[in-house]
Amino acid sequence: MANTKNIIISGVGGQGILTASEILALCAMEEGLDVKKSEVHGMSQRGGSVVSFVKFGEKVYSPLIEKGAGDVILAFEKAEALRWRGYLKKEGGVVIMNTLEIYPTTVSLGLDTYPENIEEEFKKFGVKTISIDAVKLSKEAGDPRTQNTVLLGVLSNFIDFSYDTWVKVIKFRVPPKTIDANLKAFELGRSIKE
Amino acid sequence: MEKKLLSGNEAAARGAWEAGVHVATAYPGTPSTEILENAAKYKEIYAQWSPNEKTAFEVALGAAIAGARSMVSMKHVGLNVAADPLFSASYTGVNGGFVIITADDPGMHSSQNEQDNRRYAKFAKIPLIEPSDSQEVKDFIKEAFEISEKFDTPVLFRLTTRISHSKGIVEVEDRKEVPLKEYKKIPEKYIILPAHARKRHYFVEERTQKLKEFANTTHLNRIEWGDRKLGIITSGISYVHAKEIFPNASYLKLGLSWPFPDKLLKEFVEGVERVIIIEENEPFIEEEVKFLGYNIDGKKFIPLVDELSPEVVRKGVLGEELERLPDGKGVKRPPQLCPGCPHIGIFYNLWRLRATVTGDIGCYTLGALPPYNAMDTTICMGASVTNAHGFDVARGWDFTKKTVAVIGDSTFVHSGITGLADIVYNKGNSTVIILDNRITAMTGHQFHPGSGKTAKGEETKRLDFEKLARAIGVEKVYRVDPHKLRESRKVLREAMSTKEPVVVLSERPCALLPEERKKAKQRPKKVVIPDKCKGEKCMGCIKLGCPALSMRDGKAYIEPLLCVGCDLCQQVCPFDAIVEEGQNG
Repeated sequence: MANTKNIIISGVGGQGILTASEILALCAMEEGLDVKKSEVHGMSQRGGSVVSFVKFGEKVYSPLIEKGAGDVILAFEKAEALRWRGYLKKEGGVVIMNTLEIYPTTVSLGLDTYPENIEEEFKKFGVKTISIDAVKLSKEAGDPRTQNTVLLGVLSNFIDFSYDTWVKVIKFRVPPKTIDANLKAFELGRSIKE
Repeated sequence: MEKKLLSGNEAAARGAWEAGVHVATAYPGTPSTEILENAAKYKEIYAQWSPNEKTAFEVALGAAIAGARSMVSMKHVGLNVAADPLFSASYTGVNGGFVIITADDPGMHSSQNEQDNRRYAKFAKIPLIEPSDSQEVKDFIKEAFEISEKFDTPVLFRLTTRISHSKGIVEVEDRKEVPLKEYKKIPEKYIILPAHARKRHYFVEERTQKLKEFANTTHLNRIEWGDRKLGIITSGISYVHAKEIFPNASYLKLGLSWPFPDKLLKEFVEGVERVIIIEENEPFIEEEVKFLGYNIDGKKFIPLVDELSPEVVRKGVLGEELERLPDGKGVKRPPQLCPGCPHIGIFYNLWRLRATVTGDIGCYTLGALPPYNAMDTTICMGASVTNAHGFDVARGWDFTKKTVAVIGDSTFVHSGITGLADIVYNKGNSTVIILDNRITAMTGHQFHPGSGKTAKGEETKRLDFEKLARAIGVEKVYRVDPHKLRESRKVLREAMSTKEPVVVLSERPCALLPEERKKAKQRPKKVVIPDKCKGEKCMGCIKLGCPALSMRDGKAYIEPLLCVGCDLCQQVCPFDAIVEEGQNG
């Protein structure tokens, strides 16, 4: 549907993608919107490619994002941004990517190559591209496991949810001991506009 | 009303709870596993993991005959295992409501085939319910129990991966307690002797006629009048994909899709200019529609193979795609055994021994992939054991002495025991390796009879594999730790060259179990001393297939984030180039 926002959250198994997509979906629900989120679990394990689709708006039908309908790719790992490029809108799409690179053993063994110039691969099509070092910012927030919340903070600038909604859902969803670090991580991400 | 964000599987458990279900059973299998995991969280529901889908089905059916609302859940191929009681249950009918959930896997995200279990409903002559999202899953489960009791029938409730694992908003309600129904001994209903079954078959045919009338009037099936130029007949997940592309079309949306609502179809077809069918995989609806004499197409537009998606609908029906950016290059991240996995030791050794391996279903099916390539067959649950015997009877001892069957503990309990009895009874000579990691690992750690714990987490008796093998008549049973490479290789060699049935119990808990992770955290990690490593001339450690090991700048490298501090790589390095961290000078 035309007024639906389509967010692709991608990365590598173990990076906290499912928690991030759950927070985003709960925020949409908190804002009174219809929401669906979809991912496949099973054979995908640590180190495998993981993607979660989150869609929200007045009424959401399919849980899958159509190729070419994505508004934002939020990538927890650089190559995992490029993998999903075909899902982005031709005009007006945004990619937010963590500068972290995770090399699979296939690359080490020379069976595959890691893609190069990933930022350029988006910029040459006029896609707004934001690269951030979420590893560094998460450490600044006091907990390296808050990388996903840093990235949600950056995403929050492209979504029309109230600030209070984000804070409320993060407090509700993250482990109680990590609330402070997660809120700081969110702020650090949110301060990045370009 | 309270709203929750629930997956289809969570919604199924919630719906069952609200419907007053007393008994829920299952054998784990992706994408169905979380249904029972969530049902087990409700104190009002007796929930259990069964050794396989057939026993799970029969326990739930027994509970239903005894008067309880009961539910059994499984993945699509699980229903093949439970097909025997399924067909009998259609004849016996129920007492308390009985719902069978099948979670099919279009796209084969984690399955060996793409079978469409809607056909089972028609085959066994029981009603088929297909929800389209989490809310409908919860609501329709409650309807399913009503239908089951009203028409005296088991109900087949079909989910697919995308429904099971997608989350959506669900309005939840309270549980309605449903007391056990009175139990009466009715031999002509519950004992399907031929004389009884002949009468029951008439009952089944009458029931189908009544259900057909019901299908025409129930709110589970509805016509949504929109633009009358295009009418779409659809069900399940296909409905939401179709709505995405054709939000304004008219719809015949089927929630109870077998028996097929003939009158509703007639009304719909007469009300629109053009009609098409949009359904994933098999032409199930299309065949019903064509049988009723309507020349309406579906598979002309929608492929038989693979998962349906909005873009496949757009391309198939309109012949177009959205304008978009070109696909980006992905880097291959194939599934691998985990660092510290017990199976690494076994498959490394089987590769070293150049064994012929009949394999089975579980994490260890990854032994088929490089670097091991140590698997020859994988067919279905339990087939490793019997396939090995087949190799034996076809090719004789010279071949069998190089052959082993490899099967996990949970899979062995599921379907391997009868195969082992087959080998012993028929004087076979096969070697069967039981990979005992104490848990059903691939589906995310569910207990089974060899775990010593129930679905509710209570302590229980643990099946003793050695005693079991000996009771079947296996006289040679070895126990090995797969992480002791040299020792276990010696045992494997001996087992394979013994001309009688042999069982090798390979015992080590899954590396992802909480207690194993705790141990891993306390162990020092391993590091490579680059000066001692012979690099690409050797690659000995790389052949272990451990995800923590790779080559970097021509030398072996251990990724500290992944290393769990087991010593497999140390054992295989001929140059003592791998040591504990802190000991590398």
